[in-house]
Amino acid sequence: MSLSWLTEFPEMDRSDLLAIRKTLDAAYRDFSRSYGDAIESVFDPLLRFLVWFEQLLLNTPWLIIIAVILTIVYRASRAWKLTVGVAISLGLIGYFGMWDDTMRTLSIITVCTLLSIVLGIPIGILMSGSKRIQGIVTPILDVMQTMPAFVYLIPVVMLLGIGKIPGVIAVVIYAIPPVIRLTNLGIRLVDKEVLEASAAYGANRWQTLWGVQMPLAMPTIMAGINQTIMMALAMVVIASMIGVKGLGQPVLKAITNQYFTLGLFNGLAIVALAIIFDRVSQAYAKRAQRHLGGDHHE
Amino acid sequence: MSDVLIKISGLYKVFGKNPQEALAQVKAGKTKDELLVETSHTLGLEDINLEINRGEIFVVMGLSGSGKSTLIRHFNRLIDPTAGSITIDGVDVMGLSSSELREFRRHKISMVFQRFGLLPHKTVQENVAFGLKVQNIGKVERLEKAGKWLQDVGLSGYENQFPSQLSGGQQQRVGLARALCTDADILLMDEAFSALDPLIRSEMQDQLIDLQERLQKTIVFITHDLDEALRLGDRIAILRDGKVVQVGEPKDILLNPADDYVESFVKDVNRARALTVETVMKAPKYRITADTIGEALAQMKTLKSDYGYYVSDEGYQGVVTQESLEQALKAGSEESDTKDSVVDDVPVLSTQDLLENVLPETLDNAHPLAVVSEDGKLEGQLSRGEIAKVLGNN
Repeated sequence: MSLSWLTEFPEMDRSDLLAIRKTLDAAYRDFSRSYGDAIESVFDPLLRFLVWFEQLLLNTPWLIIIAVILTIVYRASRAWKLTVGVAISLGLIGYFGMWDDTMRTLSIITVCTLLSIVLGIPIGILMSGSKRIQGIVTPILDVMQTMPAFVYLIPVVMLLGIGKIPGVIAVVIYAIPPVIRLTNLGIRLVDKEVLEASAAYGANRWQTLWGVQMPLAMPTIMAGINQTIMMALAMVVIASMIGVKGLGQPVLKAITNQYFTLGLFNGLAIVALAIIFDRVSQAYAKRAQRHLGGDHHE
Repeated sequence: MSDVLIKISGLYKVFGKNPQEALAQVKAGKTKDELLVETSHTLGLEDINLEINRGEIFVVMGLSGSGKSTLIRHFNRLIDPTAGSITIDGVDVMGLSSSELREFRRHKISMVFQRFGLLPHKTVQENVAFGLKVQNIGKVERLEKAGKWLQDVGLSGYENQFPSQLSGGQQQRVGLARALCTDADILLMDEAFSALDPLIRSEMQDQLIDLQERLQKTIVFITHDLDEALRLGDRIAILRDGKVVQVGEPKDILLNPADDYVESFVKDVNRARALTVETVMKAPKYRITADTIGEALAQMKTLKSDYGYYVSDEGYQGVVTQESLEQALKAGSEESDTKDSVVDDVPVLSTQDLLENVLPETLDNAHPLAVVSEDGKLEGQLSRGEIAKVLGNN
């Protein structure tokens, strides 16, 4: 034998590698064949809700939708300028013929964000309470954020086919880490003396969590939710590759056919949605935490 | 009269990975520094034994690192000791289960923090009601009670402000009201006034003394400021490197420091401001009890003095001198009332006066001045020589 292992990496035998791939693929295929339906049925309620919500947004007259959105914007932000800006953006989106796609995207983003919050905050709370859980969850979050989305799309699609549910799963996997991380961080940053005070007056774990830790962590958690929304919107195009309808699909079409203007318009519509979500959630968070800032002129 | 409410005995606290093993080494005679170098364990508290009486303000004084904040957190078990026992009002605090401990903290003991520890997202009134909220008391009831305590600490009108809108002194009043609101017998105050300006601090000290006169709580007060300790404390424990070096009344600490360490503290204290007349006065020497001039003169002669304090059944009446008695005799007769001969403008000291306040009167008078208690009884006398000795003895 020569010393070829010095210049060339001693690789595993090609046939062995192939065997590993084949075995794993076959195993996963068998798994998805035998359990795919069962797992799919678990997601049925979510799918029904998604369809219902999308139909609600699509079937409601656009004027009512705009009125509802503007009411939410104004109630959350109490800012006229922002409200007018949102009205103009929505008007332009509709005028350029992107209303239906925008509603589809709005519906899936709303559901994904709600799902991320509902799942992410409890996980963040558990992480903040235990170093061990934090040690386990943090690397998983790192993987979720760095693994290319296409890679985890493969098993999801194999398991559940293409459609809304795999789209939601892909978006949530990509978008949930910020809300988990910042919930954990926010709770850990709560002033130690306030926690001591809570303990000294005999508060139990539940009272401390909801009366002290969560409210004090809220600014950080809100920043996490904001990030989650932005990341969910960023996933819209990728999700469209596995059959999620909405603004992503025209963008995808534009890429494959080199339709520059089509891509630009739909891209701008996504940006408009992102800005609306961002400004409204930020303005709401700011208003809710005004008193934390030490404003002497109330 | 001394009724022990809190008893701490043999309390040790070792910080580190294996405190029990380190504790054994400490008990075998290892010092704090040796322990840190050899085992990287920190000895926080070493063999603390304290008895705190009901209704007193007990001050624990020590510099940073002396373990005073660690010690106060043992009273309500925010920190658990490595060894030792804590008994409060007959209850073995170490034996409480976690739910019993919560109940104990809710009703028996409350705490005021150095940096206030208020909830920034709640109004002042809600902050004061926090302890009651934890006890699941209804909103109307707890806010009403909180409003009453806010009034007591002088913050009515601020109910709906948020803590960040208040000054430091006002925030600490909220902290104090919160502690009082649960009606706990015991108040732990962890450097409660240390974060405040000197002026606000002394205002808060006065307020605490006023409140204490009314409420008669048992207060454990932590401070690094000896002046504050002397001003507030009925008794003071001085802590150094986790050990109690002296426990005593302010005058014991000032006049008989236990070691060089305590003495070095005491040296800088303004004694005139820290000591009351009571602590330095002597027993009254010349007591005139006769009710007529003749007998008073005779009494004066046997006392071999040219002045005396005339005391009747109703207590101290004033100073009489040889001269004033003779003048009264000329004006009247031997049967005249001794009262007629009392010298007019001689000041009287009260037992509770600070030396600082009586300094001018005492120095102005050649004779020692009479010291009288609140109910008018003659308690002692204070001469300028006595004052000079106490204030000059540094």
